[in-house]
Amino acid sequence: MATWHEYLINEGRPPAWPYPVRFGQEQEIDTDVLVIGGGIAGCWAAISAARLGVRVALLEKGDVSRSGSGGPGCDHWCNAPANPLSRVDPDEWAVHMADQPYSNGIGIQIQCREDYDTLLEMEQMGGKIRDTEDEYVGAEGRDDKTKLMISPRYGVRHSYLADPNMGKPDYNPPEKRNNVVIRVWGSTFKPALKKECLRLGVKVFDRVMGTSLLNENGVQGARVVGATGLNCRTGEFLIFRAKAVILATAGAGSMWLMSMEHGGYSNMHSRNISGDGTVMAWKAGATLTTMERSGTIGIATGLKHKWYTGAGDASYENVPIVDAKGRRLPYPIQGWEDAGAMVASPEAERRIREAVLRGEYELPFYGDFPAMPEVERRATWNLMLGEESTTKILVKTLKDGGFDLGRDQLLSYKLIEGQSLPQWREAGYGGGLVVDWNLQTTVEGLYAAGTQMFSPQDHSYCAATGRYAGRKAAAYAKEASGGAHISRDQIEREKNRILAPAKRTGGIEWKELHNGLTRAMQYFVSEFKTERLLKMGLEEIERIEAEAVPRLFALDPHKLMRSIEDLSMIENAKIIIHAMLARKASSIPLGFSRIDYPELDPPEWDKYLTLKLENNRIQLGELPQRFWGDMKRQYEAHNRDYAGVYAPEK
Amino acid sequence: MSEQTVYAIPNVQTPSMPVIFDPNVCKGCNKCVETCPIDVFIPNPKKGAPPIILHAEECWYCGCCVCDCPTPGAIKFNWPLPLKPRWRDKESGMAAQL
Repeated sequence: MATWHEYLINEGRPPAWPYPVRFGQEQEIDTDVLVIGGGIAGCWAAISAARLGVRVALLEKGDVSRSGSGGPGCDHWCNAPANPLSRVDPDEWAVHMADQPYSNGIGIQIQCREDYDTLLEMEQMGGKIRDTEDEYVGAEGRDDKTKLMISPRYGVRHSYLADPNMGKPDYNPPEKRNNVVIRVWGSTFKPALKKECLRLGVKVFDRVMGTSLLNENGVQGARVVGATGLNCRTGEFLIFRAKAVILATAGAGSMWLMSMEHGGYSNMHSRNISGDGTVMAWKAGATLTTMERSGTIGIATGLKHKWYTGAGDASYENVPIVDAKGRRLPYPIQGWEDAGAMVASPEAERRIREAVLRGEYELPFYGDFPAMPEVERRATWNLMLGEESTTKILVKTLKDGGFDLGRDQLLSYKLIEGQSLPQWREAGYGGGLVVDWNLQTTVEGLYAAGTQMFSPQDHSYCAATGRYAGRKAAAYAKEASGGAHISRDQIEREKNRILAPAKRTGGIEWKELHNGLTRAMQYFVSEFKTERLLKMGLEEIERIEAEAVPRLFALDPHKLMRSIEDLSMIENAKIIIHAMLARKASSIPLGFSRIDYPELDPPEWDKYLTLKLENNRIQLGELPQRFWGDMKRQYEAHNRDYAGVYAPEK
Repeated sequence: MSEQTVYAIPNVQTPSMPVIFDPNVCKGCNKCVETCPIDVFIPNPKKGAPPIILHAEECWYCGCCVCDCPTPGAIKFNWPLPLKPRWRDKESGMAAQL
């Protein structure tokens, strides 16, 4: 009797809402630093701020112990060039990693300088980062002295693309590898981070979503001095007063694609990411950039049913791929032999496809675990695959289901599932807040970390930048004056906005609204972009706002939370379209093709486009490439007091 | 045949069972209710009984409810039918699926 309908059948009535219902009730909280979003970046921000002795409150839509895209796990700590096994200089590596258009050199420099310190602090808190039980002695990349395990990723180069020399015997020799990526047992991280937050006295507000930022005197663009929140279980309205606010809510995961049935399963990120932070910052007057960037979601079936998105699958990552007859296929496998490359060249893909059609390879393909040396197989399965976000459960369930790593080959879905549709897009790794070398946004008192910033990277990047934003925001809060005036009008407007759906019992429900938005995005903000199509998209979304949103209904606090997420996604979609209309050129690195402006990356458009609201009107702007200046010099100028790895009190 | 009430119930969510509880093992501690970032579950009004799966179709299959469960065997992962992984025995070629 574990499903809702079984309960109803057995008890003769549905279960009552299990939490107190407090729509309209208020709670006020006063703090020094408020962190919105309790994923990887948010937890690290809260911890590093609290370690500097300020009062910290942390808001999280789920529960901090496992929330966020990195909540279930993480298999590698990327870009830790300051680790003792590294063969590269952290500052040079940072310049190299940031040497691509529309990257974020500030975040990358922070990551390269501080990622290893961050990892050591993760270990202090109880996270597992070494093979302390000697389970993988003899595995390639394992250092017997430190027991750190280097990942195959970024072997002799950092590209995901296959190199023409791949497979040659001397292509990726151990003595020439960069050794910048470390395998970790990331499933141990998130509970340890929550524990440390609580130990330090961080006031953790689980099941609370941030809904808006409060500007001083309610004036858009003025200093941010607080935020509002909604309890997703009770409907209670929370008002936070803070000297500094750090946004760490990540991007929006499902603006182009939402399965009506598998609602939680439409992209590779947590269901909970819906661009709330981006929209809060936008309304508060902060500047956003690269919002026009998008890419195709690699989910051919429209569902994340495999290792990550369907770009890889269960027989991927360091595992040789064979055809039905056991013949090895020339795919790169993100392993030692290809120096971590994971994407075949279009030419190689074409050759494989043609060979299949000629009958030279037979479908389906398999991941050939039994062909691997025993220790490599275990390290790949348990660490590289098993610790990778939502995959620990897959490894466990397969084992319980009788899958034997030494005997069985796992089915690969390459070719047989077809291609991901080009209109299934995502902006999760694109646009975000413009930040300075303190990770402060363009609005005073408002900081950003992790995926909340423009052009972000992965788990360890979120950790390092969260940790950095926490210390900068704490330093600001120590100097900032308290008692800033908060506008009651702003609070009332926000309260009315978010509670409106809870006052209705019929109309349009959050799933239909979400799906309506994704369809508009698929039709009008697809791979085919023109002025007319984009404007049609904007008109359709504005029509949804005018006609559907006033009918949005939510029967309980959970559904209200999903409804408010929809409103964030609608606003986020409009920002994206405005940014797309502003860029009158096509661009390969931005995944952006305009039929009416087909020229690819012309020099006059080689710049960041920015947007912000001023008196509720959109102001466009621009920033040059590498606007952050000399990375090493800027980092050092802003971090003369950096204290390195935290020394816990005895 | 005893009389049984048949209720008018809308179509059940798809998928409806991201996990399967063993009511004989589960102690109803509600650790999974607190761990789940999505609020897929709510506590059962009956103390000690397994939680109720309320928002089944919002599950993102992160598996933390199973991995963090303090009572071994109380909760089992249940991939929806279209998403179950497949494999074969390398020697015999025998196909298998979860």
